[in-house]
Amino acid sequence: MKQYFKDIFESVWTILLGMKVTIKHFMGRNKTLQYPSEKWNLPERSRMRLFNKIEDCIGCGQCVRACPVDCIYMTTEKRGKDELPIYASDGTPIKLRVPQFDIDMSLCCYCNLCTYPCPTHCLLMTREYEFAVYSKQEFLYRFAKDKPLAPPKPAHHAAHAAPGP
Amino acid sequence: MDAIFSWLSSGIPAYARLPELLQHLIPMVLACLICLVAALLFVLMANWGERKIAAHMQDRLGPMRVGGWHGWAQPLADGVKLLLKEDIIPAEADRLLFRVAPVLVFVGGFAAFAVIPFTSSFIAADLNIGILYAVAITALGVVGIIMAGWSSNNKYALYGGMRAAAQIVSYEIPAVLAILTVIIHVGSLSMQEIVQAQRGGVWNWFLFRNPFTFLAFFVYFLASLAEVNRTPFDIPEAESELVAGYHTEYSGMRFAFFYLAEYANMLLVSCIATTLFLGGWTGLLSKPLLPGVILFMTKALFLVFVQMWLRWTLPRLRVDQLLHMCWKVLLPIAFVLVMGSGILALK
Repeated sequence: MKQYFKDIFESVWTILLGMKVTIKHFMGRNKTLQYPSEKWNLPERSRMRLFNKIEDCIGCGQCVRACPVDCIYMTTEKRGKDELPIYASDGTPIKLRVPQFDIDMSLCCYCNLCTYPCPTHCLLMTREYEFAVYSKQEFLYRFAKDKPLAPPKPAHHAAHAAPGP
Repeated sequence: MDAIFSWLSSGIPAYARLPELLQHLIPMVLACLICLVAALLFVLMANWGERKIAAHMQDRLGPMRVGGWHGWAQPLADGVKLLLKEDIIPAEADRLLFRVAPVLVFVGGFAAFAVIPFTSSFIAADLNIGILYAVAITALGVVGIIMAGWSSNNKYALYGGMRAAAQIVSYEIPAVLAILTVIIHVGSLSMQEIVQAQRGGVWNWFLFRNPFTFLAFFVYFLASLAEVNRTPFDIPEAESELVAGYHTEYSGMRFAFFYLAEYANMLLVSCIATTLFLGGWTGLLSKPLLPGVILFMTKALFLVFVQMWLRWTLPRLRVDQLLHMCWKVLLPIAFVLVMGSGILALK
């Protein structure tokens, strides 16, 4: 008999406790972010889309060597001796022209290893993450501005960028 | 209905020249329409409200897009969707019963609105056996639910129907006993007289009149929760066990009718609880400051909110727990309450 009333009391009490929890959440702030109109403020060092400031690139190729998935394609040519000397924004002389600097973002694993060795800090990861596209080819970002003097070597990425029949 | 009748006959001079049958029929149809429209509006509002309450209790937002302001048009969009859906009747179903069942479920809940006293003057029919009528007519819904479960020819639907029958029939008893504690004090079954007995401020409400009626309110509230199949007593439609219970095979408009009936029933039991225990259309003070219908709906909607609040707080009971609670807990308590209330009424 004692247990009977104890059970009733306990169930009523626990229901009230539960109702207290739900009403607290009901009154409290919600956690939903209404995505396209509200956006999460990303951490400062988020690793999202790669960007290369091609004016500062000295064509050293250290990023190409660092990339674990080989998604950076670069070709370089020597600048002529008669050309005016140019410098990167930190003063490093640019001795090579870079007619091809392509990054295939569909292959990128966002490890950030390519940006560390960059001597002029021109290759960096941005906080841009909304870059969905309709075809895989559009993920190949071409950063180079220099026109090649000689026709470029057949690109090594062509094999996967344009899948076979 | 009498109020509508006198309003019509004083407002329209030619009204008295109509045939006598029409003179009485028109107020009936009008009262019915007012209740129906009010119930449908409530269903739309409660549907949206329930989603919003559920969402906010889970730290979400709920529907936000349809209609602009906080997704207010979401239930309208859902209603249109349900109207446009294909109406499927299973090949092996009992076609006649399958078609009648949703109508019966809705009628069972809706017909009881006839005796709900929204204000001192607006009540569709002030029967002298009002509360008895309400209890009896809502039992019609059980027949509809069993019909739906049986005619679907689906084992889950049948399970749902059987569970609903077991649950609703058992919980009718503590609910009626809780109503009885109030009836003893009023000495009348008329809904309007029950409200009249509670006039004169909040301390005259049966909720605060004496400890027996105070407890009876909670007994009635719990039992009514089980009668309208709301969580934690929603085992007839337990979606994780029975797909959707008795309306598993229903689609389109017929499904919408079950949905409509569920929400209309929520409002109905809240209205009955308001009338019996929370003073109906009377205010907190002895002098009414607000119109009766506002006071009445505020109380009823608050109870609806508590029903939703409980739904998003408690998990579903097992069948044995459900019956244990009815027969071994609520029923003995209700008996004690009736006896105590009777002794208090004697002196």
